Amino acid sequence: MASELINKYMRPEHLPHIWCPGCGNGILMRDVAQAIDNLGLDHDKVVIVSGIGCSSRAAGYMDFNTIHTTHGRAIAFATGIKLANPELEVIVIAGDGDISAIGGNHLIHAARRNIGITVVVFNNNIYGMTGGQYSPTTPRGEKGTTAPYGNIDRSFDIAGLAYGAGASFAARGSSYHVQQTTAYIQQGILHKGFSIIDCASVCPTYYGRKNKKGSAVDMMKYQRDNAVMQDKAVNMSYEELKGKLVIGVLAHTNYPEFTAEYQKLIDRLGREAEEREREGK
Amino acid sequence: MGKTVLMQGNEACVEGAIAAGMRFYAGYPITPSTEIAENSAVRLPQVGGKFIQMEDEISSMAAVIGASAAGVKAMTASSGPGFSLKQENLGYACIAEIPCVIVDVQRSGPSTGLPTSPSQADVMQSRWGTHGDHPMIVISPSSVRETYDLAIRCFNLAEKYRTPVIFLMDEIVGHLREGIEIPDPKSLEIINRPVRRYAKQNGLPYHVEEGKFVPEMLPFGQGQRYHITGLAHNESGFPTNDNKEAGKLFRRLLDKIEKNRDDIVQVEQVMCEDADAAVVCFGGTARAAITAVKQARDKGIKAGMFRPITIWPFPEKELEELSKKVKRIVVAEHNDGQILLEVQRVVKDNCEVDFIGRIDGSVMTPREILTKIEGAK
Repeated sequence: MASELINKYMRPEHLPHIWCPGCGNGILMRDVAQAIDNLGLDHDKVVIVSGIGCSSRAAGYMDFNTIHTTHGRAIAFATGIKLANPELEVIVIAGDGDISAIGGNHLIHAARRNIGITVVVFNNNIYGMTGGQYSPTTPRGEKGTTAPYGNIDRSFDIAGLAYGAGASFAARGSSYHVQQTTAYIQQGILHKGFSIIDCASVCPTYYGRKNKKGSAVDMMKYQRDNAVMQDKAVNMSYEELKGKLVIGVLAHTNYPEFTAEYQKLIDRLGREAEEREREGK
Repeated sequence: MGKTVLMQGNEACVEGAIAAGMRFYAGYPITPSTEIAENSAVRLPQVGGKFIQMEDEISSMAAVIGASAAGVKAMTASSGPGFSLKQENLGYACIAEIPCVIVDVQRSGPSTGLPTSPSQADVMQSRWGTHGDHPMIVISPSSVRETYDLAIRCFNLAEKYRTPVIFLMDEIVGHLREGIEIPDPKSLEIINRPVRRYAKQNGLPYHVEEGKFVPEMLPFGQGQRYHITGLAHNESGFPTNDNKEAGKLFRRLLDKIEKNRDDIVQVEQVMCEDADAAVVCFGGTARAAITAVKQARDKGIKAGMFRPITIWPFPEKELEELSKKVKRIVVAEHNDGQILLEVQRVVKDNCEVDFIGRIDGSVMTPREILTKIEGAK
C-alpha cells in the first residue's frame, strides 16, 4: 500500500528522506498523501507550501507543485498563491517552531481571515533541524539544548491557538493515529475555509534523547496509551489531562471563505460597471 | 492621445503598474507609501485583480512571491522601516527567480525617523539590504508621469529577467501632484515572463536554454509540477550542496543583470554636451537640480544635469564618459553621500567632485545647488 502511494505521490529520486530513523514525519507525510489520494485530487492543482525545518523538507519529496519558502512564512506565501488562483488546493506543511514561533503572526491572521488553505503541523515539540532547542510546544519542565535545566515557558496548544484566532476547522492528530489523522486532513482539505491539523510527531533523536523518552517505538506507544478523544477531553480536569495527548476535531464551523468573498466583490464591481455603461454614465 | 489627469506620484505608480499587468498587491500601511496600498485596494478589484492587506510587511512580500509563482504579476510597497522587513523574502525572490516589484517610497532617518519627511537614504539598502551576493535592479522616478512610465518598466524588467525590481521613489515624488497625460494602453510595450509552453514532467525547470539568461517559467497549476526553493539548487530546482552547481547558479544570477546592463541602465542627461559642470542627482532632487542648472546657464555658466534613472546597476560607463568631458561634478542627494560613493569610485581623478547632501528631512533648494555649481568658477 505504502509503496503505491510513494510511486504515485512522491518523488522517488529524492528519497530516502533526510529524517532520522524513528522520526514521525514520514508517517505524517504519508497521511497527507493518503488524504489526497482518498479525495482523488488533481495532482496538478495541489500546491504544497513549506517553511524551514525538518518538517519543511516534505515539500521536496512530494510530487505536486511544491514551494519550500522562508522560516515561518509558509502561510503567507500560501495566502498569495491561494488568492492569486483560488482553484489551487493549497496545503501548508510546517513544524511547531516554524508555525507557532517565527510564523505565529501569519498563523493567527490566516485563521482570522478564514482563507481556504489547509495547514498540517508536524509537531515534534523541538527544533530538530538546528539540533534540539526548545520550541513553543516543548512542555514545561522538559529539556532542550537551550533549556538545559528544563523549560520554564508554558507551551502552546497550536490547534487551540488557531481556533481562538478564528480557524473554522481545527483538529489534532498524531503519528500513531494514522487512520484518524488521515481522516482529519481529508476533512480539512474539503472544508471551505482555514483548516489546521496539529499532528503530534515524534523526535527520538533530540526531544526523546534529551528527555529520556526511550526509543522511537516507546514514543509511539506513549501516543497510543495516552491519547484521549476531544469529546471526552472536554469533560476532563486539567489534572486529569496532564501528560495526555488529545486528538480529534476541535472545531468545524462554517464562515465565509476569504477568496470566495473577494471574488464576489470583483463580480459586484463588474456588474456595477456594466450597469453604468448601459445607462451611459 | 491619452487623457490628461491630475495625479499624485503614488497614484501614478498604481496606474502604471496596472497598465503593466499588475493583478495582485499585498501590503501593509506605512507613510509615505500608504496611498499605493489605498489606490490598489480601489483599483485592483475593478480590473479583476486582487488586493490584500496582510498582517505585516514580511507576509506582504511573501504573498507577492506566492502570487507571482501562481502566474500573476504582483507588487508591494513600503517605506524605510517596512522596506527593512521586506529584505528577508526579497532575497528569496532573487534566488528562486520570482518576478515582482517592490516600491520603497523613501522617508527620513534611521528607524522610525521622520516618517513624513523626504529622504533618499535607502540607496545602499536597495542594493544590499538582503544578505548574500545577489542581483538587484533599482529604478528611481523624478516626476509623476515618469512614475507611471517607470512602474511599467519595473514590471517589464522583473518579468524579462525573472528578478525582483525595486522602485525607489521618494516622498517628494510620491506625494507630488502633477497633471499628466495617461498614454494610450495600445502604445505601451508590455513584457511578460518567458513561459514554458510545453508541460514536461521531470523536466529541468531551472534549465537555461542556449542564448537565454533566465529559465522559462511555468505557473503553478498549469501542468508541470516542480519544486521552488530558497536553497541553492541545480537545474532540476532541487537543493544541492555541490559547490560547482551552487557557484554556477549564483554566478548566473549576478550575470543576468551585469551582462545586460546596457538594456537595464537608463540615464537622463540634460545640457551635458558642452557642460563644464554637471549635477549628478536622482529622483525628487532632480526637480531642484534642473532649476539650478537653468539658473546657472542664465548666469553664463555651462551647467548640465546627469540623472541616473537606473540606480543599480550603477551607470558607470555613462558617468565615466561624462567625467572626461566636464571639469566638475556636483553630487546632490537627500542623504549623507550614498550615490557620492559610487561617483567617486567611477570618476576617480577625471574631474573634481563636490557634494551637497541633506539629512534633516527638509528639501534642498535650487539656490543651494546653484551655489555649489558656482563654486566651479
